[in-house]
Amino acid sequence: MMKHNSRQIKNKDNNGFSEQLKAYLLLHAHALFSSLGRMVRNSFTSIMTIIVMAIAISLASGFYLLVVNMQQLTGELEATNQISLFLKTNVSDNAGEKLAEEIRKNNAIDKVVLITKEQALTEFKQYSGFGDVLDILENNPLPTVIQVLPSNTLNDMQGIENLMKQFNQLAKVDFVQLDMKWVQRLQSMMDIMQKAVFVLTILLGFAVVVITGNTIRLELQNRQDEVLVAKLVGATHAFIQRPFLYTGFWLGFISGLVAWVLVSFILLILQSPIEKLSILYDASFDLSYFSFVEVLSLLILSSILSVVGAWVVLHYQLQKIKPK
Amino acid sequence: MLKFDHVSKRYADAGDALLDVSFHLKAGEMAFLTGHSGAGKSTLLKLIAMMELSTRGNILLDGQNLNKITEKQIPFIRRKLGLIFQDNKLLQDRTIFDNVALPLVVSGYSYQEIGRRVRASLDKVGLLGKEKKYPLALSGGEQQRVGIARAVINKPRLILADEPTGNLDPELSAEVMHLFEQFQKVGVTVLIASHDVDLLSQMGHRILTLDHGQLKAS
Repeated sequence: MMKHNSRQIKNKDNNGFSEQLKAYLLLHAHALFSSLGRMVRNSFTSIMTIIVMAIAISLASGFYLLVVNMQQLTGELEATNQISLFLKTNVSDNAGEKLAEEIRKNNAIDKVVLITKEQALTEFKQYSGFGDVLDILENNPLPTVIQVLPSNTLNDMQGIENLMKQFNQLAKVDFVQLDMKWVQRLQSMMDIMQKAVFVLTILLGFAVVVITGNTIRLELQNRQDEVLVAKLVGATHAFIQRPFLYTGFWLGFISGLVAWVLVSFILLILQSPIEKLSILYDASFDLSYFSFVEVLSLLILSSILSVVGAWVVLHYQLQKIKPK
Repeated sequence: MLKFDHVSKRYADAGDALLDVSFHLKAGEMAFLTGHSGAGKSTLLKLIAMMELSTRGNILLDGQNLNKITEKQIPFIRRKLGLIFQDNKLLQDRTIFDNVALPLVVSGYSYQEIGRRVRASLDKVGLLGKEKKYPLALSGGEQQRVGIARAVINKPRLILADEPTGNLDPELSAEVMHLFEQFQKVGVTVLIASHDVDLLSQMGHRILTLDHGQLKAS
């Protein structure tokens, strides 16, 4: 387009370069706002399209945010190669304390924490939601637990296995659980989810391209007369497709905005149950919303996908519309 | 200005529309193109406006061979032309101003320039003051004159009109034809396709007659 303009400048005697540039920018500004105005006038169609696209975008971005949050959650859990020793229920807290002392002497152990039956009960009442039910029971059914944090690194699986064997042989111990096991399971589940979200994002991104493309195709059909007349009076393809590309931009941009609001709203609803859940995992967990950069990326990406959808359709359809 | 050199046009389904047509229209000349319906008048104009491509022969417009024009150059060829149609091809949802301004808008003129020239152009066809009206609010003759105003606003070197008086009564037809004469007087080349033989013979311009795609010696 610029090239064509510069050609005109040479042909025109009384129009300076700055005048031409101004006219060119005005042309863009006009296309930008007239396409928005046209969308407002055809608000029903526009809103339908935007809703469909916003749902697609919020699905993708919502799952992305879910993974980000889960990663943060499992990231915090990563450091726990903690071993829990559940003592037999007939072992008293005092006996448990003695056992904890013995374990503390082991060089391979960094930290030992004893959770008495009473503490376990209080904690359970607080977080499980079964508090009232537990009140009915006469005796505390919970065992004493010793939490052991080995001093060796997470990588030394052999060392941890050895420790667990030792603990298992202790007479007072009912069973031994390595907390890392389920963290590992969770993490491999996270890997799967991450890949699933990636695939989902590509699919939904493709959906955005197709939805915009189809909307622009219909719009082009509705304005066929206008396109024909414009071609007859010497409009270039660049000129004709410009307002349609801007329509694509607006569709993508507004859908991105709506998706952002939608996902944030859903997170707001989920915030308090998630916080409760995170307490259950002993994690101080802050729910992540979209960061500024993420919102910006979301808007840019949805706009670009939309413009691409519009461009592809225009590229093929505009050539078909020929004055007869 | 416009030269046809042994031009033929064959449609795959309808056969020969033009057969070995040669003529030369000098700059500033006004000519009529006439013949029975289906003689090839519209096809000939479409070749010049690059709505169709010739099957054989060369068309030279202002020194440029239209056979050698690429798809991307077509808009710039059309900007040299003023096209007028029987059905005037006005956009019904746009005002007269916007309709007339369209050729300037697509060429990237500034708003001030557009406003000035639209008024000048409407003045020439006697419709100044109707800028804000919509085409349907105008009579058939007035709509045709809006079409003419749009065709001449870009100061074309060549005006092509396809049955511009086809839908008009004799009085309005004469009026429109005189309008074309005025453009010719200021140096524009004019080629008008029309079957209104009575009107054309009165005007005393060159007449090109097509018969089954062939140009009859005049």
